[in-house]
Formats: sequence, structure tokens, C-alpha cells
Amino acid sequence: MSALKVRRARAADLAQVIDIDKRATGLAKPAYWAGVLRRYGRGARCRFLVAERADGVLLGYIVGEVRDWEFGSPPCGWVFGIGVRPAEREAGVASALLEAISDAFRRQGVATVRTLIARDNRLVLSFFRSQGMMAAPVIPLEKDIG
Amino acid sequence: MRLQKNTLLALYSVLEFAAQPERQLSVTDIAAALRVSPHHLAKVLRTLGRAGLVDSVRGAGGGYRFVANAKRVTLMDVIALFEDIGPAAPRGRRARRGAEQALETVLAEIDQTARATFGSVTLDTMLKLIGRRGRG
Repeated sequence: MSALKVRRARAADLAQVIDIDKRATGLAKPAYWAGVLRRYGRGARCRFLVAERADGVLLGYIVGEVRDWEFGSPPCGWVFGIGVRPAEREAGVASALLEAISDAFRRQGVATVRTLIARDNRLVLSFFRSQGMMAAPVIPLEKDIG
Repeated sequence: MRLQKNTLLALYSVLEFAAQPERQLSVTDIAAALRVSPHHLAKVLRTLGRAGLVDSVRGAGGGYRFVANAKRVTLMDVIALFEDIGPAAPRGRRARRGAEQALETVLAEIDQTARATFGSVTLDTMLKLIGRRGRG
């Protein structure tokens, strides 16, 4: 972990990010990730970070931004994407990424970080729980409108 | 999801063991800490032993020690040993009233959230939470 560097994502990182995401979801989404880079790759309130090993291999990524007054909530940091290479899990990569994005959110003056995870995604749910995250005072709702 | 007494005993016990994995603890010690009879607790610990969460050490000074991976075992893994956590049984063939069906839908939603919560909190996370509460 000593050689791990967390930095902003660049266009040259997208191929590796797409690969990490594909390993977790089974889907390659190049257009989606290009859009994420355009929208969250710059700006003080947006963060698209990657964890890079000394040899240039990316071990993981995290995406989020500070959002104001959404759903009546005071400004808080939202994390809406995180991924780590399966072979590198349980080595502190995701923890380092969450710490880095939390630091960035803190510098923007927010004191809460929030995320939304599928109920059956035990791996990611367990990770965020292990980081001290608890249920937020909001309930996500949906309706089939098809 | 309402937890039965044995389930709560199992959760408290396994957290005691997981907090000190290098130590073997006697049934008497744990029972005293949890204020239950050693006989009652022994039955709970045997179930935890069969599930591979604790290992019994026989003989004088014997007891149990934690042998699982606290970062992998979730609260739901322990709960499932003591509770019937399958889907609610259908209530016969007669047509149910709309209100009954609607209420079951809402209760099922609560149940799914409870399962997701128990299934995502590991023993290691619980120990961190206990530590934070202790310091707070």
C-alpha cells in the first residue's frame, strides 16, 4: 500500500477504469465513463479519483460530488461509483479512495458523505459499513412506469 | 424482524469471542457477563461451534475460542443459525383480502431492509462500532 497514489482521473485512465468496472458488473461502458470524466473529472466540487500503483496500474476508482439541498438535505458529499480490481480487494484500496474523496468533500465545507447501494450488493454494502457508514435519514423509493 | 432470545445471546457471545480471538473463554465467564445460565448458553455455543464460528477446548480450563474470519461473518450469518429466515409461508389457498395482501407487501419491504442490514454488517464492523460507542 505504500506505493499507492490517489489522484484525479485522466483520459488515459479510462481504459483501465472501464476494465475494473467490467470485471465487477460484466458490462463495458465506454460512453458512460467518458461522460463521467467530462462531468466529474474537474471542478472543486466534483471528484473522479483513481488509485494508481507505482507501475502505473490502476487498482480502483471512486466518483462523487458535493450536492446542495437535494431532497431537502443540506450540502453533503455523494459517492455514486466505486470499484477495485478483484485481485486487490481487502488491501485498503477502497478505504484510501473513500478517505481521499472525503477529504475533498471536507475541503468544500461538508460534514457528511452519503451513498446509495443496491440492497443485494453485500460486497459494497459491507465495505461502506466497515468504514463506519450507517443508514441515512432518507428512504429511496421507486415505481415501475414501464 | 424480531430476534429471539437465543439469537441475541448468540450475537452477544460471538462478539465477545471475536473481540478476543486469541483467548479461550469459559461458558461460565460468558454466561456471567451476559447474565444467563451456563446451561442455556452452552446450547447456543454448541450451535455456534457446529457452524464453525467457535471451537471448543475440552478439559480443565477449557472453553471456547473464536475461529472464524470476523471480516467475513455477518450478523445475518449468525441470525440464520437460530431463526427461520425463509420467505413467509403462504396462508392456504383461500383468496386473501386486499388489505391483508397490501400489509404483507409493506411488511416484506421492512423485512428485506432488515435482511440487507444484517447481511452487510460484519462482526469486525460491529467491533469497530462498539469501540466507537465506547469512546463516545
